[in-house]
Amino acid sequence: MKESAGKVLALTWKDILSEMRTKEIITSIAAFALLVIVVVSLALDPSERTSAVAAGVLWIAFTFAGVLGLGRSFVMEKDKGCLQGLMLCPVDRAVIYFGKMLSTVIFMLVVEAIILPVFVILLDQPRFPPQLVLIAVLATVGFAAVGTLFSALSVNTKAREVMLPLLFLPVASPVIIAAIEASSLALAGEPWSEIVSWLGVMVAFDVIFLAVSPLVFEFVLEE
Amino acid sequence: MADSGQQADGCAIEVERLVKSYGDFNALRGVDLKVKWGEGLAIFGPNGAGKTTLIKILSTIAKASSGRVSVGGFDLRGDSVKARRQIGVVTHQTLLYDELSTYENLRFYGKMYDVPHLADRIRELLAQVDLESRRDDPVRTLSRGMQQRAAIARALLHDPPILLLDEPGTGLDQRANEMLINIVSSMCNGRRTVVMTTHSLEQGLAFCSRVLILARGNVAYEESGKLDISTLREVYHRHTGAGY
Repeated sequence: MKESAGKVLALTWKDILSEMRTKEIITSIAAFALLVIVVVSLALDPSERTSAVAAGVLWIAFTFAGVLGLGRSFVMEKDKGCLQGLMLCPVDRAVIYFGKMLSTVIFMLVVEAIILPVFVILLDQPRFPPQLVLIAVLATVGFAAVGTLFSALSVNTKAREVMLPLLFLPVASPVIIAAIEASSLALAGEPWSEIVSWLGVMVAFDVIFLAVSPLVFEFVLEE
Repeated sequence: MADSGQQADGCAIEVERLVKSYGDFNALRGVDLKVKWGEGLAIFGPNGAGKTTLIKILSTIAKASSGRVSVGGFDLRGDSVKARRQIGVVTHQTLLYDELSTYENLRFYGKMYDVPHLADRIRELLAQVDLESRRDDPVRTLSRGMQQRAAIARALLHDPPILLLDEPGTGLDQRANEMLINIVSSMCNGRRTVVMTTHSLEQGLAFCSRVLILARGNVAYEESGKLDISTLREVYHRHTGAGY
């Protein structure tokens, strides 16, 4: 268990090191998310920037930016056959899954940390509720848990840019809906007790997909 | 060298009635093969003969549709993780990350393979493949020949008893190709079992003691004795219909 955890971290660190050199994933998803928020903030009249609308905008930005990042995650591994290199390592396929998932979570959380304050300012939200941080973390974990699986699945298809969102978004919709609802309540200043049921949905989604995805991942990777 | 499963049995690789299908297409149609410990086997065949598919199955990247495959004494159906410890793989792709340096790549793979005394092992291998002076340069800045030498270091990092080479010289000029083969020869030197697919009959003949020709997913010809190149050319033409 400890050995596997070390290998998961080695894989994640390798992704972080590559990203620090190329800045391919974080730059593209941050730019995309920022663009969505800026365009919507310009399009919406101040009176229309309600908490419900703002929450929707926030998760549209995060969702599509995240799909962009997920698409890159395994494409990077396909270059020079590195995915084969990983598959040759004497580790359970779940180690590869968790390593890639963890890097996706880290990249998305970095982008979310940049985007959230900008979002609060541009969409005239009166407050930055601390609940938003927990919502972002739970939704991102669920997003990455499913997304890593579909990213690996679509990387071998010809139309992967189309296939990934088509396969991934319907499955990820429960966590996205829960994130929007919870964010809307948090932005409206509702207490924790109002949000907790949506948090529960996200936790359940995360647990289910963190348990199921590594089992399926082996079949997705192998020819 | 990594401990193998059943070295005493005398076979590093055993393949029985191996079939691999992609939809309706059968890439391998019942291949039988045994490779002894320390033996060098060159596999020839035209494009589409099933050479790469066979290497992919032996290296556990692809699963057999049917048949039994054992590598390093481990059955790939149940012990593929253990079998992976027994093999090093060099293909025409380097399997290295472009943005990382050679040292960082080897360090990453070393951690994945639990290589003991990793820093020393990397230093030793970089000296053997003559890349010490470029160890901190990103792989993308290395020449194709250097990248392939780094790939050899990656494949031998965990000191595997079995080395699988899938057309490792593709894209290399003649000098780089010769250098590559010399490095592999000196690092194997009868200590490792080598299975090599190549389009170069000369190279395969020089490097391996046994030859096998695959054609349309079947073993068309097998010879353990020493062949001369003209006989091999004739045999190759007869069994594949392809000129050489």
